[in-house]
Amino acid sequence: MQLADPIQEGARILTICNACRYCEGYCAVFPAMERRLNFPEADLNYLANLCHQCAECFYACQYAPPHEFAVNVPKTLAEIRAQSYQKYAWPRPLGSAFPHTARWAGYILAICLIVSVVAMAMLPGMDIASGDFYGVVPHGVMAGLYSAVSVFVVLALLIGVGRCWREWKKGLAELATPAALGSATKDVLRLRYLDNTGAGCTYPREQDSQSRRWFHHFTFYGFLLCFAATSVAAVYHYLFGWRAPYGYFSLPVILGTAGGIGLLIGPAGLYWLKQHRDPSIADAKQDGMDVSFLTLLFLTSITGVLLLALRQTLAMGPLLVIHLGIVLALFLTLPYGKFVHGFYRSAALVRYALERLAGEPPKPPSS
Amino acid sequence: MRCLHDAPTEVLTESYPEEEYFADLLRVTGGQTSEQLARMAIRQSYESNAWMKRHGVRFQHSLGGTLHLGRTNAFFLGGGKALVNAYYAAAARLGVRIFYNAEVVGLNIAGGTFESGTVLLDGEPAEFRAKSLVVASGGFESNLDWLKEAWGDAADNFIIRGTPYNKGTVLRLLLDQGAEQIGDATQCHAVAIDGRAPKFDGGIVTRLDCVPLGIVVNERGERFYDEGEDLWPKRYAIWGRLVAQQPNQIAYSIIDSKVVGKFMPSVFPPIQAGSIAELAGALGLPRDKVECTINQFNRSVIAGNFDHNILDDCRTEGLTPPKSHWAQTIERTPFFGYPLRPGITFTYLGVKVDEKTRVFMKESGARGNIFAAGEIMAGNILGKGYLAGIGMTIGTVFGRIAGKEAAGAAR
Repeated sequence: MQLADPIQEGARILTICNACRYCEGYCAVFPAMERRLNFPEADLNYLANLCHQCAECFYACQYAPPHEFAVNVPKTLAEIRAQSYQKYAWPRPLGSAFPHTARWAGYILAICLIVSVVAMAMLPGMDIASGDFYGVVPHGVMAGLYSAVSVFVVLALLIGVGRCWREWKKGLAELATPAALGSATKDVLRLRYLDNTGAGCTYPREQDSQSRRWFHHFTFYGFLLCFAATSVAAVYHYLFGWRAPYGYFSLPVILGTAGGIGLLIGPAGLYWLKQHRDPSIADAKQDGMDVSFLTLLFLTSITGVLLLALRQTLAMGPLLVIHLGIVLALFLTLPYGKFVHGFYRSAALVRYALERLAGEPPKPPSS
Repeated sequence: MRCLHDAPTEVLTESYPEEEYFADLLRVTGGQTSEQLARMAIRQSYESNAWMKRHGVRFQHSLGGTLHLGRTNAFFLGGGKALVNAYYAAAARLGVRIFYNAEVVGLNIAGGTFESGTVLLDGEPAEFRAKSLVVASGGFESNLDWLKEAWGDAADNFIIRGTPYNKGTVLRLLLDQGAEQIGDATQCHAVAIDGRAPKFDGGIVTRLDCVPLGIVVNERGERFYDEGEDLWPKRYAIWGRLVAQQPNQIAYSIIDSKVVGKFMPSVFPPIQAGSIAELAGALGLPRDKVECTINQFNRSVIAGNFDHNILDDCRTEGLTPPKSHWAQTIERTPFFGYPLRPGITFTYLGVKVDEKTRVFMKESGARGNIFAAGEIMAGNILGKGYLAGIGMTIGTVFGRIAGKEAAGAAR
């Protein structure tokens, strides 16, 4: 009964779901589905990105295998989601990295590390034995390189979200609806749909658990804190002329340390959950994409924390070079890996909030 | 699950008092009910809700597209399998051991008292003994031979909405050993479902809610019952039987484009055509006759204000059988058709029980150690007809009573 093409399979199973509707109260996917009677690709991409893959619906489903209808919503939507990442990616040729994210992440990490080491060995003004960060890597080089990469990353992510929003036939004005943005932001910051009104979700196994939500919170807020640390440091440097390294109790170091710890616990926990999850609900082909992102986050954090701990020793120079190499690889792979899920899911949540605000009744069928 | 309540709850609106609940039951069963047991089920439906929540069952508001049920029926979040999953998890927490792939094939009853039984564990026979026994083994709707005994060859065209394992083995064992029977074998909860559904286990998605929005004809192209007699949740349960009484147990719901989107989406796409004759052809019906039936129907329609949420004033005049509500001409292309078959949800023939769910034995009365719960005793309350969600009420209320009484008897 199952169809090989995820889009066709998605339309098949959601037609079954739409005639049943007993999962309506679990999450946003089913109320959004009920507003539709047909499921073309654009709508499936929306619903797939709205799905947090908590798997509650799978365990509840009387049509899940071994039933002949073989309905598996979390797995099918995961497959559609992966396709949508590739479809929205900019520039398109780089989107083709998606099915092989793990391999590409490995190459890029290797290249970044080699380039860092070679650059340090060859370029004038770089002294690995210097006790000063900017003695090892001049500030201009560091800031210039990472600014350029960041601009590219932000551009690629924004264009991706733009493509997704355009596919969903939504305008910029709708994106800027304060009520919808507010509601979606709250859903994102709280991870509402992994919470299930307090019970948690059926991940990694059938028993309800908050573990995924908490490990994701560690990862997400850890990332934000590290981002905040860097931003504060930039302000210190450019506005006040205060040069790194900053004291252990300075704002950038406190933020960075807290974030770094979050980025150790979070990715490690998510990896552990992934190893113990029920294989029937997941698309195993995406494990490489998930694990490579978690690995880069973890490596970034561990080298960052070590750098802080050992910054007054001779290890500082090599550690800084390695850390910067890893960060570069992380940044370069952001638009072509698991990181993008946050953007498309946020967009889907905004659209869901818009649909609820509009209160439009279910559409009549066209066939 | 249909629940009594005096004031709005988390998931139910307004109130649903005992007298109204009982009156609804009397109406659908035509009085074929045990008032004592029925009132027990009704009264305890409310407190059972709290008990269910304590054991991990989650409720939600009535589903989008289910008309008129928000006041009377609490829906399980995730549906029936989620409910059963919650109970299995609760049982496991209490240390209850569950044997899977285990079928009871023999009961040893002496003097109205259960002594031992035979079970096939992974196909290997084993004996089990107990001080008391609760039978909650369902009805017999998956036993096609038994259905045929009651219905004749018509049963070949029935579709069974649930599991293929509901064969009534334990029910038969009890009846053969002197348990008092209640209900007759032709009575069941049967709805008209999509004729393309699988033979077993198609479940809820095979429902078709379009009947009151159009007309229904049999394979001769003739109408045979008032499609707009009452609100659909009050009438859906009679249509299985109505279709079962038609030639070859098949009927066809025909609607036009006006009412598309006004009922729950169907799992199978409708059969579509640009004209009535073409649709009749696609459905394998006599074209002229169907055209004639529709023309006659259209001519009889009295214009009114269509509203499928209430008993509106759109009806026919001078037509037999009439269509009392929601009668609108069928003329806007394209036209759509769905085949309808009787879908057996559950059977009513069961064992007679007392207020402690003790099974009445012909010889000794209800004094033994055998208790019954659920579908196997639902016929005590449902002699015929059906009230949406009352099956869950009966199962829950009497399941709790049976468990308590059986535990007391085993002391």
